[in-house]
Amino acid sequence: MSEALDVDAIRADFPILAETVHDHRLVFLDSAASSQRPRAVLDAEEHYVTTSHANVHRAAYTLAERATLAMESARRRIARFVGATDPDEIVFTKNATESLNLVARSWGTANLGPGDAVVLSIAEHHANIVPWLQLAESIGIELRWIPLGDDGRLDLSGIDELLDGAALLSITAMSNVLGTIPPVAELAERAHAAGALVCVDACQSVPHSVTDVTAIGADFLAFSGHKMCGPTGVGVLWARRDLLEAMPPFLGGGGMILDVRTDGFTPAAVPHQFEAGTPPISEIVGLAAAVDYLESVGLERIHAHEAELTAYALRTLPDRFGDDLRLFGPTDTEHRGGLISFAFADIHPHDLSQVLDQHGVCVRPGHHCAKPLMRVLGVGATARASWYLYNDTDDIDALADALDDARRFFAI
Amino acid sequence: MSGLEDLYREIILDHYRSPRNRGELPVPPAIRTEGLNPLCGDEIVVYLELDDPSKGDDATITDLRIGGQGCSISQSSASMMSAAVKGHTVGAARHLTKAFKSMMSIHEGELGGDGSESEADDDGVVAPGELPLGDLDALKGVVKFPVRIKCATLGWNTLLQGFDDAGG
Repeated sequence: MSEALDVDAIRADFPILAETVHDHRLVFLDSAASSQRPRAVLDAEEHYVTTSHANVHRAAYTLAERATLAMESARRRIARFVGATDPDEIVFTKNATESLNLVARSWGTANLGPGDAVVLSIAEHHANIVPWLQLAESIGIELRWIPLGDDGRLDLSGIDELLDGAALLSITAMSNVLGTIPPVAELAERAHAAGALVCVDACQSVPHSVTDVTAIGADFLAFSGHKMCGPTGVGVLWARRDLLEAMPPFLGGGGMILDVRTDGFTPAAVPHQFEAGTPPISEIVGLAAAVDYLESVGLERIHAHEAELTAYALRTLPDRFGDDLRLFGPTDTEHRGGLISFAFADIHPHDLSQVLDQHGVCVRPGHHCAKPLMRVLGVGATARASWYLYNDTDDIDALADALDDARRFFAI
Repeated sequence: MSGLEDLYREIILDHYRSPRNRGELPVPPAIRTEGLNPLCGDEIVVYLELDDPSKGDDATITDLRIGGQGCSISQSSASMMSAAVKGHTVGAARHLTKAFKSMMSIHEGELGGDGSESEADDDGVVAPGELPLGDLDALKGVVKFPVRIKCATLGWNTLLQGFDDAGG
């Protein structure tokens, strides 16, 4: 058992957590949408901007060299963070959405034809659905869906039939609505056995647990900086080098070419081939600082801490609210991440979120960019509370107190 | 929670709990129009029956039903809208829509809403015409909560789309 987190010390690292909202301390329970940033990330970006900024891979002067070194050092640290041995397998994007679009547009367009099947789960975020729907429209690929079981986990009983003859399994490593953690490594093994490649939407898992692309068996893995204490505007696609080298460029422009003539162009080597235009350099530096920060706290400890909070929430909230609280997703902590989606006392999630805000409690209402899943759940929206290393049981108690007040306020 | 009480006035909660003109109408003769808020998933379905769509703005709204699901603001606003415009002409309903949206428009424009068509005066306010705002006035507290303005205007935008569909 790893040593428990010193949450007070961690909270002190995050300037925004000193904010008050409506005269209440900030109870930030929406890290699944976007996490907060520690001082170390802001400092790293400021240091880069005030000492090193110039365009990367462009000039011979000292600043340009510092900038390039900062970015390439970040690439190495981020590669190591997800268990990749080759930094050139890290492609910087705008966010995980762009990473997944890159896979669909570049790999998908080059490798898929009419009738080729891509297997998705019904619990995917729109970012891992719409790019494939676009390919269904443009080249006629077939989409197959892993259904949801009664227990809030994926129903994998028909997985071998779904994978039979498929070209790709593209699946979330953790549902952003249900918290469900599918057995991605096992699914990857089955997908590979069926001759399919595996793309993992790791947005909700990379920030919260140790990631090892080799152990997972991923061929592509996408994640966003802003959900892991890093800046907005930077995301990552990790992909096997041999796949990247065989893929056509995605966006065209400066930085991604070796040569340009009036009659054509030669793309640069990977990963630069996929990084057209000036990259978000200071954000990349900030993301590497976030990685350093998370490693200094320890991903195992963060994961264990969140699991404790999940267990606390799953124990205390149903006790306190009984039938007024309807939880979506698994009701035990097994293979389940640090969030709960719920309906409460017939109060619409938007109205609920509005009342909770009066208590400084930030929860996300809505469809969470997972409308196909919401249709299966039979609701238009849920409220979602998600936690991270800077949350503690006081935050969950604050949520509960605010829920009590919402019930009083609407008195339905 | 004084701010909240501006948003959730009793009349709003009353329309939310007991929505007026809730249901469906047979299509045809009614026109069915669906309005979605892509940000939050709220939906309003307007079933609209006109005496004679060819009369344009002079056509009378002989019946109107509201379906869909969403938060108290979107559903109560649509409920109040249905009560206000039923039995009146399309032209009068259009004018009331403008008056209502102008009450909401200060922030809707900033949020990237349309706010395009306008018969506003210098202060950007459209006076109600033959139809009074009545209960709808209770929704003006919504402007203090800019992200909820889209909830309040969803039903009205759907109604306008319904008029266009009917005239199509």
